[in-house]
Amino acid sequence: MSLLQIDNLSVTFDGEDGPVHAVNDLSLAIDRGETLGIVGESGSGKSQTAFSIMGLLAPNGRTDGSVRFDGQELLGAKPKDLNKIRAKRIAMIFQDPMTSLNPYMRISNQMTEVLTLHQGLSKKEALAESVRMLDAVKIPAAKERVNLFPHEFSGGMRQRVMIAMSLLCQPDLLIADEPTTALDVTVQAQIMDLLGDLQRDFGMATILITHDLGVVAGFCERVLVMYGGRVMEEGPTEPLFAEPTHPYTRGLLAAVPRVDDVDAAMKAIPGNPPNMAAPPEGCPFRPRCGFAGEDCRVMPPLSPFAQGRARACHRPIAEVTA
Amino acid sequence: MSPLLSVRDLHVRFPIIRAGDMPWTKPRILHAVNGVDFELEAGQTLGVVGESGCGKSTLARGLIQMVPATGQVMWRGETDLLSLSPRQMKPYRSEIQMVFQDPLASLNPRMTLGQIIAEPLSTHRPDIPAKERRQRVAGMMERVGLLPQMINRYPHEFSGGQCQRIGIARALIVEPKLLICDEPVSALDVSIQAQVIELLKELQRDLGLAMIFIAHDLSVVKNISDEVMVLYLGRIMEKAPKARLYDDPQHPYTQALLSAVPIPDPVAERAKRIVPMTGDMPSPMNPPSGCVFRGRCPRAQDDCARTVPQPEGDAHRVACLHPGPLSAAEMA
Repeated sequence: MSLLQIDNLSVTFDGEDGPVHAVNDLSLAIDRGETLGIVGESGSGKSQTAFSIMGLLAPNGRTDGSVRFDGQELLGAKPKDLNKIRAKRIAMIFQDPMTSLNPYMRISNQMTEVLTLHQGLSKKEALAESVRMLDAVKIPAAKERVNLFPHEFSGGMRQRVMIAMSLLCQPDLLIADEPTTALDVTVQAQIMDLLGDLQRDFGMATILITHDLGVVAGFCERVLVMYGGRVMEEGPTEPLFAEPTHPYTRGLLAAVPRVDDVDAAMKAIPGNPPNMAAPPEGCPFRPRCGFAGEDCRVMPPLSPFAQGRARACHRPIAEVTA
Repeated sequence: MSPLLSVRDLHVRFPIIRAGDMPWTKPRILHAVNGVDFELEAGQTLGVVGESGCGKSTLARGLIQMVPATGQVMWRGETDLLSLSPRQMKPYRSEIQMVFQDPLASLNPRMTLGQIIAEPLSTHRPDIPAKERRQRVAGMMERVGLLPQMINRYPHEFSGGQCQRIGIARALIVEPKLLICDEPVSALDVSIQAQVIELLKELQRDLGLAMIFIAHDLSVVKNISDEVMVLYLGRIMEKAPKARLYDDPQHPYTQALLSAVPIPDPVAERAKRIVPMTGDMPSPMNPPSGCVFRGRCPRAQDDCARTVPQPEGDAHRVACLHPGPLSAAEMA
């Protein structure tokens, strides 16, 4: 049994101008200890997928389908039951560490709160454990700095605090939503390196949500490419990057300049991302796709075509990759 | 012939007054840009890279007196822009235009697209009759890929990429010679970034523009620049033609920065070695003595604390007492 099994998940928001379908018919499974990357541009539905796993959708959001964690259904679960899983077994790191830490609380209080609540530790034990975890994320002089407030840390150090906090209960699954987007490249490299080490040491499964293909290439075993609320392509990282088979994946990879490439060439995808309040009929990538035809007005199913790989496109692979 | 822009010993200092300071307390000085010099020829692109807080945006703003700067900024070898009063500066403002990072925030939400693009023209060239102004706006909109029927729409009706096209049109309508782009694509999605970069390169080719392109993304800078300057804590660490800087970086900081850039290729990304760099950038209020990078440098030695290295060399300038590629031992 997979650790997390999502079947036909749809997320809909009731807006003033009618419903917005942020995620459509998404299925994925992640095993213990596995690293999965969800890649997509803004509005692709990658963050809403994570929020629906954690029961953190905005009040006007509705979910359909099924999200089972270790056999237990999470969609529609009572907050009381969700709270036994959140932070303890599934933890999450957010993009902006400044807004996700409480500015009025010392780091020590924010961290020990998690342990006294979920693990029933005493204040003293919890503090010792918090310091140990800050050491694990390589915060120098952790013993003194645990008493500081979030604003007294730099951006990279704050993200380390967030990671330490998420790992306190040794979760089985860590969801990292754009954990390094707000950071400089040098700090990003440190944080991704740290996450990789911790992932190996603690053996937790990790879902990394990002728009940065380079970060996914370095960290994830498997990748899911999303566009307009749908999965376009999925597969193991190496073959997916080496031989992308979906026109969107190919376009995305060609649009990203490589620093190790002679002129760091970049080739634009024409057009604009879909307006999710009025998405195009059928495949969301159709208006920007060079291979689109009349049949693309019907959304192609995500069909497997090789070991662990699947794509949602009407065009044969040979035609797209020619 | 003298270069289009020639900058000598540019400094930007901000006085910092803290809460609780008395009126007679001497304010502390934040030295944001510290002795930068460079030259820029017409039609060339200078990329400026560095981590946040390194002074790259302040440098651009200092050049055009958006923040108070000292030093010398020679325009066409004739005029020192920093010696001009705001009134004397005005004619030069149409020669140097700027494109900003946040495309939506840099457009007035109460003005239509047509009004936004026409505004610099009515300010700088009031002699142009209204009819010709309208023609020029329409022509510029077509150049940057905006449809004519969009002219009466407001900024909020456009996507990020389209807003950035509006920002570019507004900058180019007065036919500047130098375009300063401050992180023009970092707020945009990957697939849209490439569109805007292609547009900028095409316009540069057609109009013979010089560009100062500020970004934290080293891959994008590599794509668009002829020369690249690496800043750290307000100082130039290294400056070289693009190919030299990326293929043969000499400063340990440049090497660290380049090694940290993720490569969208699992095989290359997992095989590469990252230069270890400990800690964070020091506060510019309290910079270290000697070389400002020494606290994080894998090669720092005793003399780095005593001597401030100056950017030396001709085409390829390096501000380091011990330059050269890092050895495997230093990378570990």
